[in-house]
Amino acid sequence: MLADHDESVPHTHPEPGVDPHPPLPQLDRAVRIGIGGPVGSGKTALVAALCRALADELRLAVVTNDIYTTEDADFLKRAGVLDPARIRAVETGCCPHTAIRDDISANLDAVEELEEAFGPLDLVLVESGGDNLTATFSKGLVDQQIFVVDVSGGDKVPRKGGPGVTTADLLVINKTDLAPLVGADLGVMDRDARARRGDLPTIFQSIAEDPHASQVAAWVRHVVAHSRGHEHAGAH
Amino acid sequence: MHSTAYLLLADGRFPSGGHAHSSGLEAAVAAGRVTDLAGLESFLHGRLSYAAPVTAAFTAATHLTASRLGRAPSHTHSDNKVPFLTLDAELEARTVSPALRLASRRQGRALLRAGRLTWPSELYAYLPKHPDGPHQPLALGVTTAAAGLSTEESAHIAAYGVLTGPASAAVRLLGLDPYQVQNLLARLAGACDEIAASAAAVAHKSPEELPAHAAPLADISAEIHATWEVRLFAS
Ligand SMILES: Nc1nc2c(ncn2[C@@H]2O[C@H](COP(=O)(O)OP(=O)(O)OP(=O)(O)O)[C@@H](O)[C@H]2O)c(=O)[nH]1
Ligand SMILES: [Mg+2]
Repeated sequence: MLADHDESVPHTHPEPGVDPHPPLPQLDRAVRIGIGGPVGSGKTALVAALCRALADELRLAVVTNDIYTTEDADFLKRAGVLDPARIRAVETGCCPHTAIRDDISANLDAVEELEEAFGPLDLVLVESGGDNLTATFSKGLVDQQIFVVDVSGGDKVPRKGGPGVTTADLLVINKTDLAPLVGADLGVMDRDARARRGDLPTIFQSIAEDPHASQVAAWVRHVVAHSRGHEHAGAH
Repeated sequence: MHSTAYLLLADGRFPSGGHAHSSGLEAAVAAGRVTDLAGLESFLHGRLSYAAPVTAAFTAATHLTASRLGRAPSHTHSDNKVPFLTLDAELEARTVSPALRLASRRQGRALLRAGRLTWPSELYAYLPKHPDGPHQPLALGVTTAAAGLSTEESAHIAAYGVLTGPASAAVRLLGLDPYQVQNLLARLAGACDEIAASAAAVAHKSPEELPAHAAPLADISAEIHATWEVRLFAS
C-alpha cells in the first residue's frame, strides 16, 4: 500500500519554516491555529500527529468542531496523545463554517475556557468540522490557519482553488501514500498549488508514513516561536 | 427609535451564538414530534405560549433596570448589581432543567461578548458573574439598553428570537421549504407582537411577579438531548 510513489516530486515548497507573511504580532496568550479542510482529509489525524510531536515541548489544548459533536474529540482521546480534559468539543448547528467564520462565539468561549483551566498555554489547535473548499477561519478566532486536503479527492483540488487552498497560511496535501492508488499526480498538485498560492507554503505529507507530521510540526514550532518574538523555533 | 440598531440585534446573523441552538427542535425532531411544516407550526405555537412570555418579560425588565441605572447610577457598584441578581435568581427558578440553564447562560455569554464589542457600555459590568455566563434574557436586556433601544424593542427582539432560532434549525434539520417557513413566521407575527407588548407592559413589576410559564416536556426533552452521544445543536 505504501508502494513506490515518485520520490522526485517536490514534497514541500517553499522551505517549511520560511513564512512569507510578516511575523505575527507578539501575543500574551496562546497562539491559535485553525485546521480546516474537506471531510475526511485528515484534520483529526493531523491534530493527533501534532499532539504526538509537540505535547512534550508545548503546552497544548484542542477545540474540535466535528458536525457530530464528540466524534473527533473521542478519536483524540482514544489516541491517547493529549489529556482528554484539554480537548473541548463545540456544536455547530449543522453549519461548520458558521462556527469558524461568521459566528465564532462558541469557539472563542471554548478556547478561553481551556486557557483559563490550563493556562498559560502555548498553542490551541482549533479543528473545524469537515466542510468544503470555501470554508476558512475568521481572523477573530485564529492567528494562523492550515488547510488540509488529500490526494484521494483527485489532483484537481488545488486547481479548483477556493479561499481555503488559496489563502490558508499553510496548505497541507495529505495522504500522499494513496496517490498511486487513486492516480493522483503530485506534480500537477504541486504546480497548481504554487500557481494558486504564490509564496505561501504547501506541504505534501502522509500521516500514515509519518505519524508525527514532522514538516507541519516544524511549521507550527516556527509560528509559536515567532509569536513570542523569537527569531527561531526551538529544537527540531 | 434606533431602528438600525434594533435590526442589527434582531438579525439572525448577529454573532451571538444562536445558530448552534435549536431550542429543543432537534430533540423534538428525533422523537418524531416534528416532521413537517405543520409540526413546526405546533412547536412554535408551544414556544410562543411558554418560552416567549418569560424570555420577553425578563429581557424587558432587565432592559428597564439597566436603562434607569444608565441614567442614574447609585453610588456604590454593588447596589447597582442587586436588581440584576434578583432577576437572575428569579429566572433561574423558572428554568428547572439544568441543560436549559446552561444553554441560556452559554447564549447569554455569547451575546454579551458580541454586545460589549458592538455597543461598549458600563452597564454590562452590573450583570451577575457566573462561570457559564449570564442568562440570555439578562444579557439581551443589558445589550438592548447599551444599544439605546426602548423596552418595547427589547421585548420584541426577545420574543422574535424565541421563534427564529428553532425555525432556522428546522430548515437545516428537516430541509423544509424556506419560503413556507418564512410564511409561517409571518403568520405568527401578530401573536409575537402581542407577547412583546405584554412583556414590555410588565417590565416595571418586581421580578417575582413576572410570567412563570413552564413546559415539562420541553424540560425533559432538553435533559435527554444533553445526554446524546451525537448531536448537531447545543440545545
Ligand atoms: N492512507 C492514509 N490515510 C490517512 C492519512 N491521514 C489520515 N488518514 C485516514 O483518513 C481518514 C480520515 O481522517 P480524519 O483525520 O478523521 O479526517 P478529518 O479531516 O478529521 O475528517 P472529518 O473531521 O470527518 O472531516 C481516517 O481513516 C484516517 O486514518 C494518510 O496520510 N494516509
Ligand atoms: Mg475530524
